Amino acid sequence: MIIESMMDTLLAGGVILLACLSLSARQVFTSIVLYVCLGLLATLIWVRLNAWDVAIAEAAIGAGLTGALLLAAWRQLCFEPSDQTRESNGVS
Amino acid sequence: MFLKLEFKENQATSGELSTTTRVLLAIAIVALGTSLIYAILSAGKAPPDLAAQVAEKLDLSGVGNPVTAVLLNFRSYDTLLEVAVLLVVAVAIMPPRLSSSAGKRFLFVNDTHNPHVPDPILLNLLKWLVPLAILLGGYLLWTGAYSPGGAFQAAAVIAGAGVALSLGGRHKFAWEISGVRLASSLGLLVFVTVAATNAFITGTTLQYPIDHASTLILLVETFTTVSIATILLLLFAQLKSLADPPGEMHQ
Repeated sequence: MIIESMMDTLLAGGVILLACLSLSARQVFTSIVLYVCLGLLATLIWVRLNAWDVAIAEAAIGAGLTGALLLAAWRQLCFEPSDQTRESNGVS
Repeated sequence: MFLKLEFKENQATSGELSTTTRVLLAIAIVALGTSLIYAILSAGKAPPDLAAQVAEKLDLSGVGNPVTAVLLNFRSYDTLLEVAVLLVVAVAIMPPRLSSSAGKRFLFVNDTHNPHVPDPILLNLLKWLVPLAILLGGYLLWTGAYSPGGAFQAAAVIAGAGVALSLGGRHKFAWEISGVRLASSLGLLVFVTVAATNAFITGTTLQYPIDHASTLILLVETFTTVSIATILLLLFAQLKSLADPPGEMHQ
């Protein structure tokens, strides 16, 4: 019982800590990695709450795909192609 | 659609908001936070009998998992709208259809203008990982009727396989073929067709006849999975292609 409540406290504290770190990180990449970690911790919390459906969705969409999308956006931030190349890309 | 889509980190001014802006932002955030906390406190407890109500009517839903029963049967209107919202996203980011794309395959090996040699270890891992992820997606879809799982989770796992494949560097997806449009809209089409057919037969939209409920739910979920997976992967691919060097796109 004590171990369980300790685990819950650690999870809850960890999520808040990660949220603060992710928001205050100086580099975008660090922020993204911390955000993905936050998603994984949130998954564990959903498991502790016995909400397995939400846990699977959080792990797959919240941590996995959102992380991939954020990293792709971050890559776009790094390269900053000039307007000319972007137009020749035909990106819509 | 977003011809001028631009992500830029403004190096000069990042982290240097003016004091007035900071104070205003702080006030806005504190006000929002306080009102949210107040809203939660004043809302009182959720009616405790909702879970019991679902459990009571679970036999009528055609599935054994209460979450799927609520999402795909009792409150399927919400899910229908969610699928519609995702389709709107797909329409917003869909690349233009090229006339040269006729007869092109969706997934093809990218052997031209490849600036970096694909990692052989990653490619061999992908050979196992991608089929496994698709299998897992199918399992999640199937098992959603009885235990945790469902269309959204399955689609996310399958889209994850696609993300891994496109990061491998050897394969590319042809997003400009017309099959992509069909796949993205199939989920909503089937959902609306089922709803309309129901309306004609039983008189109520989206209230499935008990005998066929599980079949209909599986049908809707299967096509929804295809659509959501396509849209999620399209979202990633479009975002990724923005950062790619010009030679790599549309060949």
